[in-house]
Parts: sequence; C-alpha cells; structure tokens
Amino acid sequence: MNKICPSLEEALADIPDGASIMIGGFGDAGVPFQMIDALVAQGAKDLTIISNNAGTGEEGIAALIKRDRVKKIVCSFPRQANSKAFDERYLSGKLVLDLVPQGNLAERIRAAGVGIGAFFTPTAYGTLLADGKETREIDGRNYVLEYPISADYAFIKAHRGDALGNLVYRKTARNFGPVMATAAKCTIAQVSEVVAVGDLDPETVVTPGIFVKRVVEVKADGARA
Amino acid sequence: MSDTIQLLTRQQVAARVAADIPDGSYANLGIGAPTDVADCLPAGVTIILHTENGLLGMGPKPPAGEEDIDLMNAGKQYVTALPGASYFHHADSFAMMRGGHLDYCVLGAYQVSATGDLANWHTGAKDAIPAVGGAMDLAIGAKSVFVMMDLLTKKGVCKLVQRCSSPLTGVGCVKRVYTDHATFDITPAGVVAYDLVPGLTFEALETLCGFPLLRKS
Repeated sequence: MNKICPSLEEALADIPDGASIMIGGFGDAGVPFQMIDALVAQGAKDLTIISNNAGTGEEGIAALIKRDRVKKIVCSFPRQANSKAFDERYLSGKLVLDLVPQGNLAERIRAAGVGIGAFFTPTAYGTLLADGKETREIDGRNYVLEYPISADYAFIKAHRGDALGNLVYRKTARNFGPVMATAAKCTIAQVSEVVAVGDLDPETVVTPGIFVKRVVEVKADGARA
Repeated sequence: MSDTIQLLTRQQVAARVAADIPDGSYANLGIGAPTDVADCLPAGVTIILHTENGLLGMGPKPPAGEEDIDLMNAGKQYVTALPGASYFHHADSFAMMRGGHLDYCVLGAYQVSATGDLANWHTGAKDAIPAVGGAMDLAIGAKSVFVMMDLLTKKGVCKLVQRCSSPLTGVGCVKRVYTDHATFDITPAGVVAYDLVPGLTFEALETLCGFPLLRKS
C-alpha cells in the first residue's frame, strides 16, 4: 500500500466540476494553501466548498472565489477585513452561503464521518440560524436537529504523514483536519514531511491512515509554514 | 450630576471579571475586550485558558520574531502554549464547551436582555455580510457565561434591554454582565444591579436602563 502522490497535480487530477470539497484550516493555520493553488490551476468549477472561512485577500479559498469556481460555500465566518471577492459575489447573489455556527460545523462533519444520521444540539436554538429547523426539549433544555455534512473530497494539511496515510498535526493547525479526514469519500493530505512507515509512534498518530486516500509532501515555505 | 460619575475603564471592568474567576477554573475569553481579562488574572492562581480553535493552556502573545503561524487564538492572533498545554481538533474543542466542561466564558455583546438573551453576532443591518464563527457555540458553551461591555452605545443607548432588538446569539444564556457603570446579575427574579461606580445612584442607573432593577440583598 502506497498512498504517496508525487505531485499535487496528480493528487487533484480527478476532481470533477461540481465536486464538494472540505478544506481545513482556521485563519491561516492549517490551510493547505498549495493544494488550493493546485486546484485553481486544475480548473474544476461549480464547486461547493466547506470550510471555516472563505479566504482573505486573494489567497486560499478567495483565489477560487475570485475566479468564479465556487457556487456555494458552507462556513462559519466568511467575513474578513479584506474578503472583497466573497463580499461582492455574496451580495450580488452569485455565490450561495450556508452559514453554520463553528461548533455545529465541526460536529456535523464529525457526524458524517462517524455514521450518525442527525443529532440534537443546543447551539443556535432560538436564533435566525435555527429558523425552520426541527427542535426538541430534552430534560428541560432546548435543542435543534442538525444533519451531517459530508463531501466528495477533503483537503487537509498535516505535519507528518506516511505511505499508509497516518497523520500527525502541528499545534493549532490541527483544527478541522481530523474530522474532515473522516467525512469525505477521498481525503487528500498535504504534509510538510513524509516519513517512513513505522517512524510515526502509533501512540501519537492523530488521523489513522484508513481515513486518508492520498498524501502529498509539500515542504514548508516559511510564511506558509 | 453626571459629570461626577467615574466610569470604569475597560481594564477596570476586566479586573472585576478576573477577580470573579476562581483558582482552578477553565475559561474561554472571547474576541475583543474579554481578552484583557487574561492580563488581570491574579498571580499565583491557575486558570487554564481555552481557545476554541484547539488549545487548552493558552499563554500570552510571543515575543517579536517568535510568532508561529501554527499557533494562534480564535481571534487569529499569535499566542503561546504554556507548560501543560494540549492541542485538539475542532469537534473535541467544541465538545469541551457544549458538553459542559468549561467553567467560564467571557463575551462581548451588542445587547443583553433582562432574561439573559445575548445578541453579539449580527447588527441586523440588511446588507451586512453575516458571520457567526463560534459565537453561538460559546453562548451556550460554559457553566457560566459572563458578558463584558459598555453599558451604553456611543450614541448613549443602553445595551442592557428588556428585549433584544438585534438578532439573538443565544436564549437565556447570560448569567452576569460587567459594565463600565455597574455589574448586573441575571436572575429568575429579575436583574440585580451592584458595584455601581462612585457618583452613580441606583435610581439614575434604573433610568439609564429604562426598566426596574433589583438591589443586591
């Protein structure tokens, strides 16, 4: 078994138009910037993107939005000081936004990965973001029914990985990586370093290889860690 | 009379919040003014700070030149990790809040209602780009949710209200509100006002709020 892809180009070659793609990261930490750049070059369009943010400036997801490759974005915090590409398309109706509270986003992705059909959560009860959703009072507390979020692909960034797909992360760059890895049909991990099978201590593996289909080494380039 | 009222500075409000977080607590300090609370925590106590992007044991910002792009807080500012810190993924991080493991959460607000409803994510403006982040998760995500805010807007409108006019972040979730004028406990009997700043009478505070307040017994 060898999940190592020699290049991002090869790892992303089969992504079709209309694909749904989870992209890890919170702020800049854990964003697989180079993989997103490779997706821009690959050219797939009409994408549904699931991510915490919608990119800033011209970087990351903002680069996809600016080229009108994204039809829908599912995220918790699209607004940034310089999120012009998103703002324009959202306000003109060209880009559909599904706004999800951050913890619900994580849990809905987790639910998809662990085979849970739906769950009741107290988050957002009584707010605009629960409008039209089923609610239930359980032991005196009010809950909102939320459904899983899955995707065709997950793009995640990890620190080290091996040919079996085992991953370890670095600091707060871990964020959405481990849950997204479980919730997509094809998870592609960009790692700063590929290590030999057996070099990762099994006690410290965070994402077991069963959740990962492809691993690509992208050396840290300073600003993008 | 109003010119004799000595309003608290943001630092002084933060110090009041910090004094009420007991040794041994786990706390999340929201983005903005609440981050000042960290600087006011007394020496010698162990209060473990949680940041929802995936760190328990958050320390102060690093010295210049030692910033690490992989080590941020929820406000996307560079931070450090203290000895004994731990990292975890987002589902675990929000489980710490939703699951009732976090003791305190300190948030800013546009409005808080007399029944503890919180509005802090959306001004309600029609053309605003909506963004919620972890606000709704934090609102229900601690055993005690404290709000820290100025009592009045820049235009002089009271932000402690009978009923929120801005879109809600959470229903009945706020336990206590620390302001530059006084501190308020949200209780089943009503809003209890105390620690009024010098020069501010209970009656004047009630007039500012525009609804009846209770005195601390």
